[in-house]
Amino acid sequence: MNKVLLGLLLGAVLGAFDGATAWFTPAVRAQLAGIIVGSTIKGVIAGVAAGVFARKVNSVPLGILFGLGVGFVLAFLVAYMQHGYYLEIILPGSIVGMIVGYATQRYGMAAATSR
Amino acid sequence: MRHLSDKAIKRLREGSEIPGLHGTRYRLLGEVARGGMGVVYAAEDEQLQRRVALKVLDMLDGEAELADRLMREARVLAQLEHPGIVPVHEVGTLADGRVFYAMKFVEGQRLDQYLDSVASVPDRLRLFLRVCDAVAFAHTRGVLHRDLKPANVMVGLFGEVLVMDWGLAKILATADDVDVATRDAHDANHDNMNGAAVVTGHGRVMGTPGYMSPEQARGEVDTLDVRSDIFSLGALLRFVAGQKSRRMERALEAICDKACSAERVGRYSTVPDLAVDVSRYLDGLAVEAYRENMLERAGRFYRRYRFFILLIATYLLVRVTLALFYRHPD
Repeated sequence: MNKVLLGLLLGAVLGAFDGATAWFTPAVRAQLAGIIVGSTIKGVIAGVAAGVFARKVNSVPLGILFGLGVGFVLAFLVAYMQHGYYLEIILPGSIVGMIVGYATQRYGMAAATSR
Repeated sequence: MRHLSDKAIKRLREGSEIPGLHGTRYRLLGEVARGGMGVVYAAEDEQLQRRVALKVLDMLDGEAELADRLMREARVLAQLEHPGIVPVHEVGTLADGRVFYAMKFVEGQRLDQYLDSVASVPDRLRLFLRVCDAVAFAHTRGVLHRDLKPANVMVGLFGEVLVMDWGLAKILATADDVDVATRDAHDANHDNMNGAAVVTGHGRVMGTPGYMSPEQARGEVDTLDVRSDIFSLGALLRFVAGQKSRRMERALEAICDKACSAERVGRYSTVPDLAVDVSRYLDGLAVEAYRENMLERAGRFYRRYRFFILLIATYLLVRVTLALFYRHPD
């Protein structure tokens, strides 16, 4: 599995899971489906970005940092659009970014080099 | 009549041992090591202006059998063109009648000395794998080393690993089972540059205690196969991984035990099989030599994916903490 596909799948799974945890916040439970879809898309974007980054840069610390940055920015945008829940969205969203950043650096096949 | 002193006799002896290199392209630089039947000198190849090592037979009275063996050792080495095996440049006879061969001069340290500066077990195992590469290559050419031990492995200045001293090598492929042994009973009185090579009985038992296989120690020369070298590699692995009384992990210990099994059938069949198991150990995978229980399997899984698991755990912890203890201001 290549790094971009790995990032996409892992981002989707973690994003969906992250969205599903909104169930623990009773105030938003009614919009759970929408939150899960939105969070999945956010995870996919972060995962693909981390995968592309991992193909270009071979460094675990930089990959984690990049994932953290992308996760933070995307989560911030979502929280900004929600007008609230900054801590509940940004903190876990940033960690999800770190996870996909690490995973795409450490695992998955690098793109084949062409002559 | 005056008698010569011991000191004078020693000097005369040393003088007579210095090989006469006139008429050759080499200029002697100094003695490097003394082996079972020959002395290795550093020399300069004046034509190519490079340093080489010359292995010269130290018998002035010219024992034909020893000369023949040195020639055969050079021929064996010449067949083994591999980055992990020291290349031979030339073989010939000096003006004083002594047979010699010239090979690459390897600057570096013996493995046993080099390991003092390598603390990490994975790094040590990677060195061992490169020894396996060279030995496996020799086996594909039908050559057994028969004297693998730390002193016979050199690590060069740039980290290159070279398997040295093929003086006991045995060619498996030929019909007459040519024995390229370079030591026999005659050599018992010589200092050995690599430690205590054992010579007993009719000169058929050759090798180093602790590193030679039981069948080699019994002198079963005719039936030796690659598994004899695998035994030596197992002992070498134990030395490399367990030096300075490090506590070896069970999987690694099991690999050593399997390679050093007293019965040939219990050992790995080929050197690549051994190398694959060591590589699997390095990669944190299960090894063929050791059947682990569930707890050990879980521990290995955790070690392999430690950081990833810790990240996931951190995420879950954050989520649970937020769900349980954080109440949104709304």
